[in-house]
Amino acid sequence: MAEVEETLKRIQTHKGVIGTIVVNAEGIPIRTTLDNSTTVQYAGLLHQLTIKARSTVRDIDPQNDLTFLRIRSKKHEIMVAPDKEYLLIVIQNPSE
Amino acid sequence: MEIVYVYTKKRSEFGRQCNFSDRPAELHVDILPDPSLADNFIERDPCDVPTQCTQEMSEHEVNTERFSSESRGINHVEGGWPKDVNSQEMEQTIRFRKKVEKDEHYINTIMHLGSLMEHCIKQNNAIDIYEEYFDGEEVAEEAEEQPSAKTINVFRDPNPVKRTATSLSWHPDGSHKLAVAYSSLEFQRTTQDMSYDSYIWDIKNPNKPEMTLKPVSPLVCLEYNPKDSHILIGGSYNGQLAYWDTRKGSLPVEMSTIEHSHRDPVYKVIWLQSKTGTDAFSASTDGQVLWWDIRKFTEPTERLVLDPSKKGNLENALGAISLEFETTMPTKFMVGTEQGLVVSCNRKAKTPAEKIVCTYSGHHGPIYALQRNPFFPKNFLTVADWTARIWSEDIKESSIMWTKYHTANLLDGCWSPVRPSVFFTVKMDGTLDVWDFLFKQNDPTLTLKICDEALYSMRVQDNGRFIGCGSQLGTATLLEISSGLCTLQRNEKALATAMFERETKREKILEARHREMRLKERSRSEQSKEDDGKDVDGEESSEDMVARAEKEFFETVRAEQKKKEKQAALEKEREKEKDVCDEKDI
Repeated sequence: MAEVEETLKRIQTHKGVIGTIVVNAEGIPIRTTLDNSTTVQYAGLLHQLTIKARSTVRDIDPQNDLTFLRIRSKKHEIMVAPDKEYLLIVIQNPSE
Repeated sequence: MEIVYVYTKKRSEFGRQCNFSDRPAELHVDILPDPSLADNFIERDPCDVPTQCTQEMSEHEVNTERFSSESRGINHVEGGWPKDVNSQEMEQTIRFRKKVEKDEHYINTIMHLGSLMEHCIKQNNAIDIYEEYFDGEEVAEEAEEQPSAKTINVFRDPNPVKRTATSLSWHPDGSHKLAVAYSSLEFQRTTQDMSYDSYIWDIKNPNKPEMTLKPVSPLVCLEYNPKDSHILIGGSYNGQLAYWDTRKGSLPVEMSTIEHSHRDPVYKVIWLQSKTGTDAFSASTDGQVLWWDIRKFTEPTERLVLDPSKKGNLENALGAISLEFETTMPTKFMVGTEQGLVVSCNRKAKTPAEKIVCTYSGHHGPIYALQRNPFFPKNFLTVADWTARIWSEDIKESSIMWTKYHTANLLDGCWSPVRPSVFFTVKMDGTLDVWDFLFKQNDPTLTLKICDEALYSMRVQDNGRFIGCGSQLGTATLLEISSGLCTLQRNEKALATAMFERETKREKILEARHREMRLKERSRSEQSKEDDGKDVDGEESSEDMVARAEKEFFETVRAEQKKKEKQAALEKEREKEKDVCDEKDI
């Protein structure tokens, strides 16, 4: 329990990190460092995108699997680390 | 699916059966050559054989089914929560989250994902793989962009008998519409079947005018009301004025009465900056400037006769052909006349004689365009004869800047609304010139041949990017100029001010010197008169003077021609030399 807190806090203190969100398999945000409406939007959209990305990778090669998703945008980079049950989403501004 | 159609006919209905057999060839008839017919034979040389190289085309029409669309919306709400948890209840959601956080699987997953994520974050912070090197370089390149212009659309007069596009007016807001007035200004060239209509064009659709304006006499000028974009005022060839409301159709809403209107074509009409937005004033070659209120359109509200002797005599009046009105100086206006004079007037003067303030002379022909600089209203542009001139209000003797004498007449011009140093002129040989006097004074920055016939009118849209040009045969060409010509340059205002001031000062010094010399001359001639009592010049008859002037004129013309020939020969020689050099290189 305390270890989790520590890990998430450490991620948040890295340079350029704007927010951290943990989302469960249904797309419900469990933990967040952002405000409610932004969190819900990020959680809902990235949950869907990750499912789609994972199914794409698996359709191309059934023995393959999605391990990480990085989205580079004009303003920041959105990184998604997927697992069976949960998603860890970090929004970072790398040029900061 | 296969379509089969069977025809049936009995064998007996075909007639008797054929029986074929072999037999030797036999001669039925033998025609011998007739030499008399051979004499009639004419050989064709050359022989014309036409062929068609292009592909043959055919036109088909297809009417597709109408596509109907409607807009619908979906409201997304937060979901995905278990059934027993109400997402609106804070307590329940917090409790659910706490429960998940205590789950061992959750803890393990986050620990694993956390290390993975940290690795990526560190990667991003270590190196920016998308870093742009040499970022500032491109800006310098952009500044050196070549001035250019491209034709966007050409709007042709749809009538079989073509008329001149005499005036253009841009729609005041959005400027997606262009009103064009068509009339024939050539003496006695108006034929019976010539149309009187003028059109409003949508700049995206050159095939069909958006609206037709039907006046009783062809329109020479046409102007959108800047305060109410549905209203247009037009001046007719017969001197009447009329106004249209685009919501009320093609026919004019009201017209001025003939007896109170101009007696010559109305060459220019301008809307005044009044509170009601219903006032306008017009000028004509009959020597009158008339003010109108479209709410009481039967007769003018005010009248000014352009008599330079200030007696208000219509017989001596100067024919007005252009007008100028700057909204920031509501009492002042200027009139360009057929005689080449610019008349500066004050509308609010008490007596009619005081209304004419002063005149500026220097042109040899009608002043087709007259406009104050939008940034420095003290300086104004005139376009007449073969030159465009820029004047300062303070100097009445001469313009402060002028272009060289062109070989073709200049017929219209105006300032750029966004750059104080840029102006445009159109010429009789169908070219448009863009001048930037901060960049080049002797030659235009950009010269563009738009059509073969003369360009009679032009108008710049308010953001300075689009230019409309009207030609003699009624084509209105829409041009877009490059962004360098329609964006304010750095320091441009300061540089233009300096230029105007310097030229004004130079003219002032010259003027003072001229005056001094004239005084000296006068005193000297008076002295010499006293000395020998007779003036030699006075005895010379007028015939001699004319003969001398003629001789001088032809001498200059001849010298000029020789010079040109010499230049041409020189150029030819140079080309030859070049060719020789090229051959050597080969």
